[in-house]
Amino acid sequence: MNKLFLKIFTLTIGFSFLYFPILTLIAYSFNDNKRVMVWKGFSFRWYKELFHNEQILEAFYTSLKIASLSATFATVMGVMIGFSLTRISKIPARPFFIFLSSSPLVMPEIILGLSLLLFFISSNHIIGFPSSKGQLTVLISHITFSVAFVAVIIQSRLSSYDKNIEEAAQDLGTIPNMIFWKVTAPVILPAILSGWLLAFTLSLDDLIVASFTSGPGANTLPIVVFSKVRLGLSPEVNALSAIIMLIVILAAISIYLINRSNIKK
Amino acid sequence: MIKNLKKQNVWFVFTPYLWLVLFFFVPLALIFKISISVSEWGMPPYRDLFSLSENGLEINSTLGNYLFIFSDPFYIRSYLNSLSLAFTSTVLCLLIGYPIAFYVAKSKTSTRNILLIMLIIPFWSSFLLRVYAWKVLLQGSGIINSILIHIGLISEPISMLHNHYAVILGVVYTYLPFMILPLYGYLVKFDLNLIDASNDLGAKPLNTFVKVILPLSLPGIVAGSMLVFIPVVGEYIIPEMLGGSDKLYFGKIIWDEFFVNRDWPIASALAMSGIVILVFPIIIFQLMYAKYNFKNE
Repeated sequence: MNKLFLKIFTLTIGFSFLYFPILTLIAYSFNDNKRVMVWKGFSFRWYKELFHNEQILEAFYTSLKIASLSATFATVMGVMIGFSLTRISKIPARPFFIFLSSSPLVMPEIILGLSLLLFFISSNHIIGFPSSKGQLTVLISHITFSVAFVAVIIQSRLSSYDKNIEEAAQDLGTIPNMIFWKVTAPVILPAILSGWLLAFTLSLDDLIVASFTSGPGANTLPIVVFSKVRLGLSPEVNALSAIIMLIVILAAISIYLINRSNIKK
Repeated sequence: MIKNLKKQNVWFVFTPYLWLVLFFFVPLALIFKISISVSEWGMPPYRDLFSLSENGLEINSTLGNYLFIFSDPFYIRSYLNSLSLAFTSTVLCLLIGYPIAFYVAKSKTSTRNILLIMLIIPFWSSFLLRVYAWKVLLQGSGIINSILIHIGLISEPISMLHNHYAVILGVVYTYLPFMILPLYGYLVKFDLNLIDASNDLGAKPLNTFVKVILPLSLPGIVAGSMLVFIPVVGEYIIPEMLGGSDKLYFGKIIWDEFFVNRDWPIASALAMSGIVILVFPIIIFQLMYAKYNFKNE
């Protein structure tokens, strides 16, 4: 009984800590008062204002566009890296390649952002590209740090599965390109999907690298939100948090239900 | 293994290779170059490393930026503050996260799946908004102050924002899922019969924990700690939103040197020193840990 009590106690405290701030934020998003913490009455006022806020809507659209493009490019290159490192032995300066593909994982975002910004400025001076900071520079930067995360996921999947399958295909006379598309790719598909999803969220959530590398017309959602809450509180941001939480909760529940029906099958 | 680099594999290797050289390695080399340049007014705000003048080739390189950083305790303190923040919050996340991960992993399968979803939800939701939530809670007119006043612990709102305790709280809160999920991953694979076996053989619960459970969950502890420690070292957002001027951190210093003071050479020198002081120890630790694991296997 004592043990059960300890378990329930720990889990209750732990999950309350995780959820109390989020739930408070959601509750106050319905507060009909410009002063966020003083309760005046229930209303959807801030949701209405949020949906009429051009700046936030546009930033949301920009973020979604950059995140889906970045995730797609990063996944393609992450698969290439994972495949190269586990299946191709003759790579020029292999340790350097390993260093390049894994150190973005431990590089503080602030250093990554600074170095990319200085790079874009100098390359603009020397060859005139990129012509200005904007969505393209943010996209390039997001691809660069996401590639490493996807590569790790793909690599661990590729090194854990049975290579004999590929060798069998080779013995049966399949050409190497076909082996990749018909044998390897289907096996690592779940890893590819989770890599894409991770790269997508990394890009959607990034504030620091985007702040360094974005320019006029390329404000992502975190940049706009940060500029609103850096110095004070904003009831519109409360409403935005509630919507994002709702999306995440629905996504999590549907993934759970899909998994459960898969297991039952 | 494909032994020879055939034509069809060349682009497979070289597309990402070139990309990373161009957009990861060259930028790093560039901040190294700028960090040993002399700053001056203009655009870009530093002098070229090599310049041709009437006296022939001139080299304008200096270690002055590094000397400046390391002679000023202000910068050194910011590195130490960042390291101590990362260390403190990793330990706190471990202490809070371990029991949660342990009990979630030990639950019945049906409860476990629901609890797991509840752990993943904060993990997937926006980082910035979770930090913002604490800013709302800790306000002078915030809910925590109201509760404390209501139960009579304090009579006037106390200032809980803008100090380094708020920063630690914010970091522990936002990074806790990064600690719990890898711990859970290892603990869930753990055979519960081992605990019974250890108990049956007469080990006290503490002994069972230290000698059986802890060593088997060590990879999870290391993975979780890395996931917390590495990003916290360069953290900018949380100190900016919740912190005050009592402690300054490395991320904010670089940001201010670049955006506020517009001193590119100093910002670059800070970034390069940051890599040496904060990132190299992590890489060395990972290599040593990999070696240690290799020996034990």
